Amino acid sequence: MNAITNTTTLSAHTIEAGRTLSGAEVLIRALVEQGVEVVFGYPGGAVLPIYDALFQQDKIRHILVRHEQAAVHAAEAYARSTGKIGVVLVTSGPGATNAVTGLLDALMDSVPLVCLCGQVPVPLIGNDAFQEADTTGITRPATKYNYLVKHPEKLASTVHEAFAIARSGRPGPVLVDLPKNITVGDAPYTPPSNQPRRSYQPQTEPAPEAIRIAVAAMKAAKRPLFYVGGGVINAGHKACEELTAFIRQTGFPCTQTLMGLGAFPGTDPQSLGMLGMHGTYEANLATHDCDVLIALGSRFDDRVTGRVDAFSPKSFKIHADIDPSQINKIIRVDVPIVGDAGKIISAMVQEWNAQPGEADGQTLESWWAKIKAWRALDCLRFTQDQAPEAIIKPQHAIRRIHELSLETGRDRFVTTEVGQHQMWAAQFFQFDKPMRWLTSGGLGTMGYGLPAAVGAQVANPDALVIDIAGEASTLMNIQELGTIAQYRLPVKLFIINNHYMGMVRQWQELLHGSRYSESYSDALPDFVKLAESFHAKGMQVTRLADLDTTIREALAHPGAVVVDICVSENENCFPMIPSGAPHNEMILGPEQEQKAHKISREGQALV
Amino acid sequence: MSQSVTASRNGMRFAQGDMETNQRAVISALVDNESGVLARVVGLFSGRGYNIESLTVAPVSDNGSMSRINIVTSGTVAILEQICAQLDRLVPVCRVVNLTECGPHIAREMALIKVVSAGEARTEALRIAQAFRARAVDTTARSFVFELTGATDKIDSFIELMAPLGLAEVSRTGVAALIRGPQTI
Repeated sequence: MNAITNTTTLSAHTIEAGRTLSGAEVLIRALVEQGVEVVFGYPGGAVLPIYDALFQQDKIRHILVRHEQAAVHAAEAYARSTGKIGVVLVTSGPGATNAVTGLLDALMDSVPLVCLCGQVPVPLIGNDAFQEADTTGITRPATKYNYLVKHPEKLASTVHEAFAIARSGRPGPVLVDLPKNITVGDAPYTPPSNQPRRSYQPQTEPAPEAIRIAVAAMKAAKRPLFYVGGGVINAGHKACEELTAFIRQTGFPCTQTLMGLGAFPGTDPQSLGMLGMHGTYEANLATHDCDVLIALGSRFDDRVTGRVDAFSPKSFKIHADIDPSQINKIIRVDVPIVGDAGKIISAMVQEWNAQPGEADGQTLESWWAKIKAWRALDCLRFTQDQAPEAIIKPQHAIRRIHELSLETGRDRFVTTEVGQHQMWAAQFFQFDKPMRWLTSGGLGTMGYGLPAAVGAQVANPDALVIDIAGEASTLMNIQELGTIAQYRLPVKLFIINNHYMGMVRQWQELLHGSRYSESYSDALPDFVKLAESFHAKGMQVTRLADLDTTIREALAHPGAVVVDICVSENENCFPMIPSGAPHNEMILGPEQEQKAHKISREGQALV
Repeated sequence: MSQSVTASRNGMRFAQGDMETNQRAVISALVDNESGVLARVVGLFSGRGYNIESLTVAPVSDNGSMSRINIVTSGTVAILEQICAQLDRLVPVCRVVNLTECGPHIAREMALIKVVSAGEARTEALRIAQAFRARAVDTTARSFVFELTGATDKIDSFIELMAPLGLAEVSRTGVAALIRGPQTI
């Protein structure tokens, strides 16, 4: 930051050491001023000038990924594990289109990113030039906002504004398309403006009246429930700490969404764990039966609500979100509160202390008694055959990875791919701190976990970074083992290998008469040899007796490890709310699977 | 700028009366006049499955930095509320108002209507045009082009009356709309 404070006196084109800066150099300077330390990218023709400028500086580190999609996921994990903005650099055409999945993933999960993208020179735009794509057109619905820089004098201000938009309001990915003549040619540098853009000024301060009504309802509640989402984590560590203290002060139960895990300590007795399709029995029953639902930074996703008309039917609903379009989108609520989650929590705490009376301890106690009875059902239970030769159950493997990694006492970051293993990880890993759980929630992108582990490890070099993977998902971005090798990232990849796309198989079993159409992973690679060919340690475990020692050895290994954990093929992920069913009709285990066979045609049509 | 129009969006919103029936609404948005802004608005409608009946857009500020988009759409109260919220979320959109929701408003469109006919039909077309205060802006021995300004239903009924009288072609602008009285968006 300090190298570039005295720039305001320079007019027209910036002169440094007696020469004018190129657009690429102006770009680098803007990135440095924005505090960028790491860029995840992949070079190509249209970004060569930017790569040349990167080569000639030492403030920004570039991480060379093996596929542009991975660059975006790595930047997402970098952003989500640090609270900073993730930065991606890709070339035009295929570079940009490969990045689209990652951009949409970041949009759905509200991750602040800036994606810098090469483009053919302005005079060639529209001519079907080599590696030309209508990148702003393609990414318009996949980004929070995007730009095409057509004039050199707009370059610096556009990059600064891109960062401001990515981080403010509901965070999201912003793409800047950079034609090659702009990065090659001269450009003036301008420092960031303090003026927010007139058309984009998100409301962060909550309306006091809404807070007053919300807190009054919470004080009068007999069966209250906090429903906490990723928005609270986006609001930062302080917001999570304040929320934790507030929840403890109120004595209310708290359930978290997939994205909200870690916002409130998972080991706290007031935590009911995750809610929704594969959430806990106690969380879903509490959601169904509560009389005041306090939704903070969550968006009533269909994985959470199940059947909308049966969602939490008896509750007075308070919904706090920074994005007004999330309010009343799926569920009509009684008190909308628009604002930053951190500010809303502070205002609620203040109002709670100001309003007379406390929550009724006695009714709260009987509410907790109900919850404890649901909890006593132990909905995540499974039976692992304890014989040394026994086949490992996937749930057991994931639980042991959690327990044994916890034993190391190291700061843990856990990424996942998408599917059964992801849901089991969400169920069994208990996160006591925010920003430690990195998973693809809204978009459900298979192949997220390994590149995300790259980003998390780059951002947190001393931490223990674990990817809980499925064998099908991880093959979607397995090339990132190359990145892991190049930068000597000690990522631990645990492949829960059941030879199936497990979640697809589960739905085929429950809804399509066990016709396992194309969901078997045939011709899998030898993951041990695969790891070794990428200079990592490869391990395989097939029987229970070797599981703990293998996990311990992998965790203790100083470098990258790939562990192929061969698990039983037919396990299903429970509990489960079958599609189209309400929260109080969960399937708790295999013995209740016939419930799923009664799913209506409408239910079957849901994803 | 009126505070009351936007207050309902930023502050408290509660369920309203008739929630289920589809209503027609005129939504006006002030946007930064930049490349791609119309594509963002139109893409939002098609991407989220909202209906566009008509759409007008033109610069409205002195220096041309702002445009006004008027969209006629339809949907339930909840959908109309979502449309406004989703529009407002777009970075280059400064202000969004559902004019139908915020009281009496004026919505007008202009149409050019070509009628090709002779004899009695031609005379009748001219007579009806006078009754509607449509101007004949182009006249040949066999045709008229009428210019008509008014509310959408007035133009609809004029076109309907012209149908048996040699109606050949129609070009309509879509609505321009403002709130009645001193209030602005």
